Amino acid sequence: MSVNIIKLKIDGVEVTVPEGTAILKAAKDSGIIIPTLCNLEGLTAYGGCRLCLVEVSGTPKLFPACSTPVGPNMEITTQSDKLKEYRKMAVQMLLAERTHICSVCVADDHCELQAMANQLGVDHVMFERNWSQDEIDSTHDFLVIDRNRCILCTRCIRVCDQIEGVHTLDLKLRGKDSQVIMDLDEHWGNSCSCTSCRKCAKVCPVGAIYIEGEPIEHTKKRDIAEFIVERRNRR
Amino acid sequence: MEKECKVARTGCIGTCSVGPAVLVEPGDYLYQSVTPDKVREIVRDHIVLGLPVKDMLYKNEAYFQKQHRLVLRNAGKIDPSRIQDYISAGGYSALAKCLATMTPQGVIYEVVTSGLRGRGGAGFPTGQKWSLVARSHNTPKYIVANLDEGDPGVFANRTLAEADPHAIIEGMLIAAYAIGAEKGYIYIRSEYPLAIQTLQKAIAQAKAMSLLGEKILETSFKFDLELRFGAGAFVAGEETAILASVEGRRAMPRPRPPYPANSGLWQKPTLIQNVETLANIPLIVQNGGHWFSKTGTPKCTGTKCFSLTGKISNPGLIEVPMGITLREVVFDIGGGVPDGKKFKAVLVGGPSGGCLPETLLEIPIDYDSLTKVGAIMGSGGIVVIDEDSCMVDTARFFTEFCVDESCGKCTPCRAGLARLKEVFDKITHGQGEMSDIATLEKSGVYIRDASLCGLGQTAPNPVITTLRYFKDEYVKHIVEKQCVAGKCFKTRDEEELE
Repeated sequence: MSVNIIKLKIDGVEVTVPEGTAILKAAKDSGIIIPTLCNLEGLTAYGGCRLCLVEVSGTPKLFPACSTPVGPNMEITTQSDKLKEYRKMAVQMLLAERTHICSVCVADDHCELQAMANQLGVDHVMFERNWSQDEIDSTHDFLVIDRNRCILCTRCIRVCDQIEGVHTLDLKLRGKDSQVIMDLDEHWGNSCSCTSCRKCAKVCPVGAIYIEGEPIEHTKKRDIAEFIVERRNRR
Repeated sequence: MEKECKVARTGCIGTCSVGPAVLVEPGDYLYQSVTPDKVREIVRDHIVLGLPVKDMLYKNEAYFQKQHRLVLRNAGKIDPSRIQDYISAGGYSALAKCLATMTPQGVIYEVVTSGLRGRGGAGFPTGQKWSLVARSHNTPKYIVANLDEGDPGVFANRTLAEADPHAIIEGMLIAAYAIGAEKGYIYIRSEYPLAIQTLQKAIAQAKAMSLLGEKILETSFKFDLELRFGAGAFVAGEETAILASVEGRRAMPRPRPPYPANSGLWQKPTLIQNVETLANIPLIVQNGGHWFSKTGTPKCTGTKCFSLTGKISNPGLIEVPMGITLREVVFDIGGGVPDGKKFKAVLVGGPSGGCLPETLLEIPIDYDSLTKVGAIMGSGGIVVIDEDSCMVDTARFFTEFCVDESCGKCTPCRAGLARLKEVFDKITHGQGEMSDIATLEKSGVYIRDASLCGLGQTAPNPVITTLRYFKDEYVKHIVEKQCVAGKCFKTRDEEELE
């Protein structure tokens, strides 16, 4: 099957990519980085964090770059005042949603949410902070989940299902009450399907899942995307 | 006694305020608030002597005069548990016409000509959707009928399924023939037990008469139909969430593209239509698309069912031609606000609709006009609000509903709506500040623009419209700590007592 090569414009730069490529990847290939939190190369696109929203000329709608395929002659804007405002809004909502205190977080300085806030210039949170107080589950030998720091990006769920092939992790409840759970809401230590592969901790963008006793800079390596792709290819 | 008279149980005729209702044919004599004693009188005078009991007849003629009943053509008039009644009312003749004389392309042509747009709320042109699915070479193809009517105060789809289930089935059969599908699902909420029972019976009867299954009407056309039950999530009515739920997964929407027309159920081309849309199809095939397009407005043809509730004299289910004004619906059909109270606002489009003031009552009801003023067609819910209600409290109530129903996938809807609700709680408990209005406005617009699916994109509508049309009430709450309707500023204890 031959793939059509198409031309389009991203931020005014002409780009040539195979038809069907996601906007995010097309942009990355030409050196334009679109902010994301839930997306991770090697896993299916989720479209949840809404940070990668971009403008496409001809429609007032915004599109998530991670899951929207490019079309011929598309004109895409990845940076505008509105988009910047909206990205800051998303980060503020995430920071206000649960309990995020960088100074007492294991992932401090290795956290993608923190880095995103810095990068976008989020200097305050316009909403009342909702200090959640969920119990920390440290029943597993070395994997710990602190759901107060979770941003529900579901990278852990997807990596467990799509790369490790186990599907120990999933979501329970809905809306603001959503939580990442193990098996049928067991304590992690009682999970009979978890293979203790650590992938969930490695892909977690924040300090919600971490490995006890392992230096955080080792767990949350920035080149995790390559790690995932390499693992996937090896399978 | 020589006269013979058939007594049948029917679906609802839509006059909720005067039930139980009895319809005597011929002549469309509708009796209201019938009791066993009254039945004796009706039988003696009307049935035996032929003299209608005038003082027991439904008197509000305006209620039906401005209606135009296409989808609800059989509601209240046939016995939904008998396929024979549907057939004798002309049912399944459109299917026969399709199979005997029309090509699939011919059917799609008529639907395109009719100008019919999806009645689920978004208003996508039905014919265009059908051509997209029909054009795909990927097989098998599927049809999903959406009967997951989750909006509070909305009961149009339920009434349709309970009163005329075969209209939905026939619509699906015709759609299946047009797009080349052999399997369909009706996705229905579990909270509708009578509708489920009625549909199950209707499907069994249609199968027994070879109207479903193999060799339909002795042709090579085959189509199988199954019910799928929702598990109580509002978001499951969103089209990509339905797909997930039918497949047996968590009802969570996913980004589009890919659109279901290309990649739906099990990545196969899938046609998703609301049941109200489907119930229009037999009429379009029978009478032609051109005939259908004469009802309503040029851009928005046909009729729409609305559930009229709230502070209104004649609550009920109505079907009106597109383009009718809101004033006609609220005051002529609905009879206005009861008990001499003053009309304040009307919420159009269900829990994520817009609150419109009296000055906007002259706008015609169609997809584009409603969107322009901040409301939506949505599921066809119309809630009338009188002077006893507080608009800040109303917006808070509907925001709370959407907070509970958000699936939790995307940030704006999950985290944003919850923050909006907190701001409302602040204002209605006397701790509001003027900056809260800006916070509501800014985040409302953000949630609308950035959310993944229709739930989040429309959820801030009550907030945005009440801020646009009733801002003075917000200011009064914040500056003077006053609620014009006396609803807010209760202590937590008082709230718990309520």
